Amino acid sequence: MNLFDYWWLMPLMAGILLALVAGPLGSFVVWRRMAFFGDTLAHGALLGITFGVLTDINLTLALVLGSVLLALLLLPLQNRSRLSSDTLLGIVSHSTLAIGLVTLSLAQGIRVDLMGYLFGDLLAVERIDVLWILLAAILIAVLLFWQWRALLAITVSQELAAIDGHPVQRLNLMLILLLALLVALAMKVVGILLVSALLIIPPAAARSLARTPEQMVFLASATGVISVLLGLWASFHWDTPAGPSVVVAATALFAFSLVLQSLRDSRRSA
Amino acid sequence: MNSSETTAVLSASHLQLVRQHKTVLNDISLNLKAGQIITLIGPNGCGKSTLIKVLLGLEKPDSGTVTRRTGLRIGYMPQRLSLDQRMPLTVTGFLQLARGASHERIGHWLDRLSIRALAQQSVHDLSGGEWQRVLLARALLIKPDLLVLDEPVQGVDVQGQLELYRLIPQLRDELGCAVLMVSHDLHLVMAATDEVICLNGHICCSGHPDTVSLDPAYIQLFGARQQQAPIAHYTHHHDHQHCADGHVEHRAPGKEIL
Repeated sequence: MNLFDYWWLMPLMAGILLALVAGPLGSFVVWRRMAFFGDTLAHGALLGITFGVLTDINLTLALVLGSVLLALLLLPLQNRSRLSSDTLLGIVSHSTLAIGLVTLSLAQGIRVDLMGYLFGDLLAVERIDVLWILLAAILIAVLLFWQWRALLAITVSQELAAIDGHPVQRLNLMLILLLALLVALAMKVVGILLVSALLIIPPAAARSLARTPEQMVFLASATGVISVLLGLWASFHWDTPAGPSVVVAATALFAFSLVLQSLRDSRRSA
Repeated sequence: MNSSETTAVLSASHLQLVRQHKTVLNDISLNLKAGQIITLIGPNGCGKSTLIKVLLGLEKPDSGTVTRRTGLRIGYMPQRLSLDQRMPLTVTGFLQLARGASHERIGHWLDRLSIRALAQQSVHDLSGGEWQRVLLARALLIKPDLLVLDEPVQGVDVQGQLELYRLIPQLRDELGCAVLMVSHDLHLVMAATDEVICLNGHICCSGHPDTVSLDPAYIQLFGARQQQAPIAHYTHHHDHQHCADGHVEHRAPGKEIL
């Protein structure tokens, strides 16, 4: 019997691959306070889908293009702190989501599984999706590994990194494009509304146990993978939606890490 | 210390910078030679931090030029650097991210600055004085030709301030580097500096610390202004005296930009 016949194999692979790269990227999101930025990318990506539906191009490609374009538009905005960036991100985030929903409803004769995009459908992941995710995961892993120290340096201080001769703007751009790529691909798995949960919750769970950035990244990836396994298992057993189940599992692990932390703290102070 | 045969490691001429209709830097020129310690003083919002940024190449002036010696290695200790609590980082991990960091050099500076015991500690658990020393160590890792210290004693107790100011001329001698320092307090840096530049948008006065402290422009700026004055020994308190060149702009204390 062919290994690829197992229906759960593709969702499992997609989930694990995403969780593995969401560990390091999500850690940067947490360190650099970009959580809302990731949300905005996800919401805006719906506009990409609309565009893809209307022009009849590959939807995954439209999704990636949509969030990458949005990331490029948002990058100068993020640097200009004189404008209140959370307000602007909020406007962009919700207006693109709303415009996407309205346009989709107006597009006549086209049926799009909206719920699938809002909440994701991990179990509907196909081989081609996994291939996309695999390629993206390799790209993200290679680039992050290659520029790891420089990325940590600009996260600690852009100013010091610039004086040290790091190409700060290019590194920022790279990080944001990789984030856009991951967000676009993860949308299919956990949906627009939960993408940033996959990015943020595992690193948050890892934080209290880690002493170095590398430990945090490793623990975040591990937490993500365990969440995927638990979520899929729960989804299989109780027939719950797979994407949200993964997020619920991650949240449970986060709560568990808080308990561990308070136990450790009380032992230390005892 | 001002040996004439040494060439300038960094020089600036006629720097001009306007931000939001406010002249932040007005016709500023200076020359920094190897082995020389220059201290910039001035009230909040006088453009000290902006001038440092321009000299470091982080910001472009509207006009004027900054010339750095080719291959100049700059060690920079920022005014403050707050790390996000969510990033777990040890002191050694932090230092390893600096350019020029190696195991031996990190060990050397940890010992030299007496912070070896902090090596494996989390950067989030350090006191103000300890963190300043770690930042100084970071600036020294590159073996700087030019050491730039922006308010190096902020958040450090008086004893620690005196120690740090004693350390700076020693480091200059060990590394043979030039030092550019920003300070609020002339009296503490007096012994540690060769030349003081008193800044308030433009250069009000400059020279040896003894001379500057008697300069009417200096007294005009600091006489009534000095807020942090636990050890102020002013002999002059001439209110409403005018600058030597007749005008002082930007009296409203603006916000520090850095």
